[in-house]
Amino acid sequence: MRAPVSWIAEFVDLPAGLDGRSLGDALIRVGLEVERVSAPADGISGPLRIGRVLSIEELTGFKKPIRYCLVEVGEPAPRGIVCGAQNFAEGDLIVAALPGAVLPGPFPIVARQTYGRTSDGMICSARELGLGEDHSGILVLPPDFGEPGTDLLDALDVLGMRDAVLDIAVTADRGYCLAVRGLAREAAAALDLPFTDLPVPGVAEQVAGYPASVSDPAGCDRFELRAVTGLDARRPTPEYIVRRLRACGMRSISLAVDVTNYVMLETGHPLHGYDRALLSGPLGVRRAEPGEKLTTLDGTVRLLDADDLVITDDRGPIGLAGVMGGAATELSDGTRDVLLEAAHFDPASISRAVRRHKLPSEAAKRFERGVDPAMAPVALQRCVDLLIEHGGATAVAGGTLIGNGPVPVPIELPAGRPGRLAGTPIATAAVRHRLEQVGCLVTVAEARAAGAPETQATETQATGTEAAADEPVLSVTPPSWRPDLTDPADLIEEVVRLEGYDKVPSVLPRSPADRGWTAEQRLRRSISRAMAGAGYTEVINYPFVSPAVHDAFGLAPEDSRRRALRLANPISDAEPELRTSLLPGLLANLGRNLGRGNRELAIFEMGLVYLPAETTEPAPRPGVEHRPTDAELAAISRTVPVQPRYLATVLAGDVELPGWWGPGRPAGWADAIESARVAARAARVELEIRKAEVAPWHPGRCAQLLLDGAVVGAAGELHPRVIAALDLPARTCAMELNLDAFDPPPPAQAPELSNYPPVLLDLALVVPAPVPAADVLAAVRAGAGGLLESVRLFDVYADDERLGAGLKSLAFALRFRAPDRTLTVDEAIAVRDAAVAEAAVRCGAVLRG
Amino acid sequence: MSGANDSYDPKQVAALSPAALATGIAAALQAFAEARDLDQLRAAQNAHVGDRSPLALANREIGALPPAAKSDAGKRVNAARTEVRQAYAARLAELEAERDAQVLAEESVDVTLPWDRQLPGARHPLTLTQELVGDVFTAMGWEVAEGPEVEAEWFNFDALNIGVDHPTRTLMDTFFVAGPDGSADSGLVLRTHTSPVQARVMLTQAPPIYIVCPGKVFRTDELDATHSPVFHQLEGLVIDKGITMAHLKGTLDHMAQAFFGPGIVTRLRPSYFPFTEPSAEPDLLCFVCRGESVGNPNRPCRTCDSEGWIEWGGCGMVNPRVLRACGIDPDVYSGFAFGMGIERTMMFRNNAADMRDIVEGDLRFTRAFGMEA
Ligand SMILES: [Zn+2]
Repeated sequence: MRAPVSWIAEFVDLPAGLDGRSLGDALIRVGLEVERVSAPADGISGPLRIGRVLSIEELTGFKKPIRYCLVEVGEPAPRGIVCGAQNFAEGDLIVAALPGAVLPGPFPIVARQTYGRTSDGMICSARELGLGEDHSGILVLPPDFGEPGTDLLDALDVLGMRDAVLDIAVTADRGYCLAVRGLAREAAAALDLPFTDLPVPGVAEQVAGYPASVSDPAGCDRFELRAVTGLDARRPTPEYIVRRLRACGMRSISLAVDVTNYVMLETGHPLHGYDRALLSGPLGVRRAEPGEKLTTLDGTVRLLDADDLVITDDRGPIGLAGVMGGAATELSDGTRDVLLEAAHFDPASISRAVRRHKLPSEAAKRFERGVDPAMAPVALQRCVDLLIEHGGATAVAGGTLIGNGPVPVPIELPAGRPGRLAGTPIATAAVRHRLEQVGCLVTVAEARAAGAPETQATETQATGTEAAADEPVLSVTPPSWRPDLTDPADLIEEVVRLEGYDKVPSVLPRSPADRGWTAEQRLRRSISRAMAGAGYTEVINYPFVSPAVHDAFGLAPEDSRRRALRLANPISDAEPELRTSLLPGLLANLGRNLGRGNRELAIFEMGLVYLPAETTEPAPRPGVEHRPTDAELAAISRTVPVQPRYLATVLAGDVELPGWWGPGRPAGWADAIESARVAARAARVELEIRKAEVAPWHPGRCAQLLLDGAVVGAAGELHPRVIAALDLPARTCAMELNLDAFDPPPPAQAPELSNYPPVLLDLALVVPAPVPAADVLAAVRAGAGGLLESVRLFDVYADDERLGAGLKSLAFALRFRAPDRTLTVDEAIAVRDAAVAEAAVRCGAVLRG
Repeated sequence: MSGANDSYDPKQVAALSPAALATGIAAALQAFAEARDLDQLRAAQNAHVGDRSPLALANREIGALPPAAKSDAGKRVNAARTEVRQAYAARLAELEAERDAQVLAEESVDVTLPWDRQLPGARHPLTLTQELVGDVFTAMGWEVAEGPEVEAEWFNFDALNIGVDHPTRTLMDTFFVAGPDGSADSGLVLRTHTSPVQARVMLTQAPPIYIVCPGKVFRTDELDATHSPVFHQLEGLVIDKGITMAHLKGTLDHMAQAFFGPGIVTRLRPSYFPFTEPSAEPDLLCFVCRGESVGNPNRPCRTCDSEGWIEWGGCGMVNPRVLRACGIDPDVYSGFAFGMGIERTMMFRNNAADMRDIVEGDLRFTRAFGMEA
């Protein structure tokens, strides 16, 4: 909503010297979003003078008519100025911008050669002066405007160009601010000045107006009509109306239309004018019938919906109620009789129609946010008066009124409550004063009895604003233009914002002591830090994926990762699904980094994946007047998808760079599996690694990750087909793990340390090649028992000639130690032999000679 | 010298004469001093202290002396041997120190060589900022609450006083999960704020409630320099007896200082949100110019457009209707809530200029943050 300060000043006696910016700041303080304060004259600097055209020479030989004028500008000699406009004559007063002047743009004026002459300045049009869009000709000043040579910068006030315009973004709850009247009321409250409202017309004569009926009183609870006759629709709109419309961002169209728009901007009440001669029979308000059509003012033929509220006459719909009128009954130059409508429509109904027909309009914007029904007669009277004054019309006696619109309901407000919620005392008188500034009717309902619930004797946060036992309770009737004021909390906001949010002190509340981050949250942080410490860099990808990725991954038709949630309105139609795995996003990320020249890539992500719930029944939506039942809440919860937190890593390029120390080492399947162990170590659990064939991994280089016997993830090198399909670097590796499988670890148990010397022995076992090293290691551990302090596999060796085909040798470093004595080498060897025996039984291992 | 020796065979006693001993000592000391390294010193030792050295010879001669002369000669020889041994030890220490210094010098390396064998990892600044939020609030005794990202419409909207006709409840603003028939009537959305977490806590936990909810949220914006369809919010909620706007202001001020440094406070401007009444928008004192750019054309501030304040989210006192929908008696309890963008906060704190850098996952960006933003 844009509003010139001069218009606001018609409702509030603004202090002299208050500029637009200061008024804007005051409005910001009470909660209006003032986006800009500017005046048309901003950006103009002199010399800008009144000029008199002394002579006009028509230049010929050019594509368009060009004039060379001699203009008197108060200097000894006239100036020669070239001008393309034709709408002036010798002797006229014009606005001359001389070299050195700057017009809005910024557009500096210089003397220049053009059309074979020297143009020593410019004759200005209204648009060049920032006065509007009129560029059809130059601005011709009234003959008595002033002497040639007079500095016009001082006269910009007279032209209305110093009148600052406030541009305000109005929030959904403040429909009344879509009117100068409403903004002026806010300005008055913000500056604590009296507000002068528009006069309410006397009761209309008891003469029946144009016949009408409302068959949907829920959609239209007030419908009022007035009429004028004998309008001369061709008369020009008065300059001040055009100027104000322009300042508010509206174009001048015709007198009757301009007047209805002007009154709407002033009162906030949309009006619609019908050419009465084009109406056929009584008006009606109803919902549209299936198949009905309407050509709206913008010339579009619209198929109506059964939910559309329409205005009808005998022939059917003639307007989309509250949104846009119909073309068939539109006002025109020939209109003599005008029927004016001021109605009150259901805001939600208007909103739906606007969305359905994608037809936002100035009227609809106001109806959606709530229009003051009491303004209807005022707006109609203003409109009638203006059409009489400027259009030569006469009022038709009588009028039509159906319904009264909503009646505000009084709200009880204990007088101390605004102060108690603000955290700073606000006197009862101030509460009343602020509510009355808003337009409320305030009376004292009763003195509240002592001991009422309002007296919060057990407050944990002592505020010093506890309720007094004899605190009065106010009965507050909101004004008709504030449908948003329905609860005591709404009234409290009005009081506190007008008193000033800056009066609210700053006090830190005292929370009861708590345990801080949960164990799960701490574990997550530990894992994240461990991953970064291991060289992985975190990314946070969008969860949107393409269904095609399931095929690229080679997922089997029954693979549960194909069962994904789908968005009804995805950002990209190519990516309508929600991820069931972090890998598609991470691999895309890998590609993006390669494309930017990043070559050594070790990336991790921790985030939710979305697994559809068992039920596909839509979630219930219980009412919100009170807490839903536990059964209702459980029913909602059942529809919410399972959303476990996953950890995934991807690797490509070197994990160890080449350098002066030697060659580099490319990332491999073992790094991917180790990345799972990094996370597991942070959770102080050990993952079981088992060979498996899982998409999208290489069938020979894929490990399943198990915890307590349950599969919790997989890792390894990606399948070459997947790498080809996704255009990834050869041997790209990946790991994915369900972090929800990790419980926060219990307190770590300190080991008992033996200070007796250890015995160190090496052990090489030959086993069939397919036997997993993990099995051999487990057998060694089991066979060695408690004296084995640690065992580490340090070499794997295969050689058909020296070992025999199909065999491999695993070399282990064993460290034995007894808790209570110095272990002898013989004892250690006996234990080692037991380990060998166990490995022989379990894995067919043979001690290598 | 003593005349007692005169009666002996000059040949036999010559080695024991003081002059001979002095000569032997001098020769040994000179040889030690001239030894340039440990090998030469060892050779000199052999020559002057070894079995065949004059001093050893002299020592052996003592036995041939008459008993009266033995003591005197023995003292002289011992003194000579001691002097030589000491000289040797001193020179040995000198030469060993020289040798050690040389070995260390030879083992010297270029310690400025890089050891960039493995690239360091890093955590995402949004993760770090969310943790910072949690740290600041858990330090005050609050809890960090979390909830699902795909959320029931009831929790995301209805419970928060956002009615069915509210403009955000459309495909224009909110991602809807498609139902089995492809329509948007599944009753599920990608949460548009973390407020449903607050509703869930209020429904399951009796006051007092002091929670902060950082997390991922979704709105149907296209990605540009300042918007992303997937972004992060931090929201706070307090429900207790006697909670006032002053407590809201105090909490915001504390948070502003925790994130942006001492003296950075907030101010409240009235605003409108369905979830809160009264509602406000918190502005942050510009942490770059601290308001000094206002009306000061010589010191323009790009961060705040010379306004002195920066918009930082939304807040207010929890609407009693929301409390009722969540089963909390608004006549007994009151509360406040606030919400800010994690991205916006992080962009301010870490001077990041473009949203796209934050979401695209270019490792060069994230690596700058390490382990703590
Ligand atoms: Zn600044």
